[in-house]
Amino acid sequence: MSINLKTIKHISKLSRISVDEQRAKKLVGDLNSIFDFIEKLNELKIENVKPLTSIAETTLKLRSDEVQSKNIREQIIKNSPQDNEDYFVVPKVIE
Amino acid sequence: MSEITKQSLTELVESIKNKKLSSSEVTNAFIERSEKSKVLNAFITEDFTSALDKAKKFDQKPNLDLKLPGIPMAVKDLFCTKNVKTTAGSKILNNFVPTYESTVTENIWSEGAILLGKLNCDEFAMGSSNETSFFGNVQNPIDKNLVPGGSSGGSASAVAGQLTPITIGTDTGGSIRQPASFTGTVGLKPTYGSCSRYGIVAFASSLDQAGPMAQNVKDCALLQEVISSFDAKDSTSIDFKRSHYSKDLTNNIKGKKIGIPKEYRVDGMPKEIEDLWQKGIEYVRDCGAEIINISLPHTSYALPTYYIVAPAEASSNLARYDGVKYGYRANGENLIDMYEKTRSEGFGAEVQRRIMIGTYVLSSGYYDAYYLKAQKVRRLIKNDFDEAYKKVDAILTPSTPSSAFKIGEKTNDPVSMYLNDIFTVPVNLAGLPGISIPAGHDAKGYPLGLQIIGKAFDEQNILNIAFAMEEKINFKNKITDWWIK
Repeated sequence: MSINLKTIKHISKLSRISVDEQRAKKLVGDLNSIFDFIEKLNELKIENVKPLTSIAETTLKLRSDEVQSKNIREQIIKNSPQDNEDYFVVPKVIE
Repeated sequence: MSEITKQSLTELVESIKNKKLSSSEVTNAFIERSEKSKVLNAFITEDFTSALDKAKKFDQKPNLDLKLPGIPMAVKDLFCTKNVKTTAGSKILNNFVPTYESTVTENIWSEGAILLGKLNCDEFAMGSSNETSFFGNVQNPIDKNLVPGGSSGGSASAVAGQLTPITIGTDTGGSIRQPASFTGTVGLKPTYGSCSRYGIVAFASSLDQAGPMAQNVKDCALLQEVISSFDAKDSTSIDFKRSHYSKDLTNNIKGKKIGIPKEYRVDGMPKEIEDLWQKGIEYVRDCGAEIINISLPHTSYALPTYYIVAPAEASSNLARYDGVKYGYRANGENLIDMYEKTRSEGFGAEVQRRIMIGTYVLSSGYYDAYYLKAQKVRRLIKNDFDEAYKKVDAILTPSTPSSAFKIGEKTNDPVSMYLNDIFTVPVNLAGLPGISIPAGHDAKGYPLGLQIIGKAFDEQNILNIAFAMEEKINFKNKITDWWIK
């Protein structure tokens, strides 16, 4: 299989990363060489193998439902690029 | 003063405990040397003034029962440090000042250590040469214009260059062990679940582990003892009985069975790596261990698997950088335009490339063909190790397929850069502990490392083997201070 400019534009949209034409062309080359390398996995017969989703095969521990962080609004908002003290501010989304 | 920075962590702890040195003297010595070593570009953020204050405070009321009493140390800039800028080597976090502390660094400060600053690394730990950092290349103290490896390149450079007595890095596919190998230092990647991931900027959550980097095995064991802990804040942290790694350290490895995997003898491996491995085999044999040939049949599938799993997880983890809650924001005509420009301007080329690979392999219609397949092969790779560990206690391999390369040598070919991690990646996929120790030099005089891979939670055993080998190898790092005028 091979990745073309159209695919790059589609992935760029899904990843919410804008790429210009020049960069998109470079990505076609890069991703194709990486996917050529990945294709090696097709040599293996793996229909009956169970996928490994987590290396630590433990079940999640339950914890008591208690509030641990209180009144941290200031901390949460502290690093925001734009806020009005109570809320994050973003470009207008409704007309 | 320079004598102080030459001392190992263990020696410095002794000196402070015996009151031969004060924390201020030690801290000052490392700061002075760091000031003269700006050429290395090891630091992203220096916290020297605050470090000296903390050292002074420590000296006024020293608690000498702590494991790292008044010891200054710099850490990889991937660990969130409260009120100290944390960038992950990225423009997108260039102005991020965490309001909380990572568990691993919290553990370190509560044993008395003092933060010197934050060390350079590849952007979001994605790289093998430190060349993807927004804050520029790091120089390897071994030679001019040589990469220190990556992603924990600043960490490795700072330990080898004696700007910090010890440090911590993170390892997703080799990011502690490969730079340790390139700089003649010791680096341990612990078992997945041994060190909390809380407060570490996430790259690939099923692979990321923090670990110690040091000048010798004993220092590494001591730091591992401090950073490894069960943490309820990390849902994959594992509650197991942890050893007193430094206290229980022994060079007695008689009767240990060491596996030599034939698949690691890869095509085109330089003869010096082959010879080094052979020498390593003789060293462990001299220590009374038994050598057993083993097979890890799916080794050659590890890198292709990794380059599906890691980017997939990264694309998901890095979705949080949207210019809204923290970090860099670009101006956009509307919300979507703002997202797209923020991420395009904020992430560097390698990070964008990996987010795109990850997005693609997870996208509708391709999930089964890539991500699910990779998870299945990951199982086969883990099974290989499980089989091997029925016969052996640990596995010995080279750490990297070459010594350090020149800055710029591999930046144009992503796949050739990825091949650096051929011996380290399988260990992350299987969640095992692995340690790289310096074991010799190549013809150019650059250090080469050997890797010891252990069973899950068996850090003590690989530390012991490394300790025994270290004694036999008697490696001397060739640091000429070429960067100090």
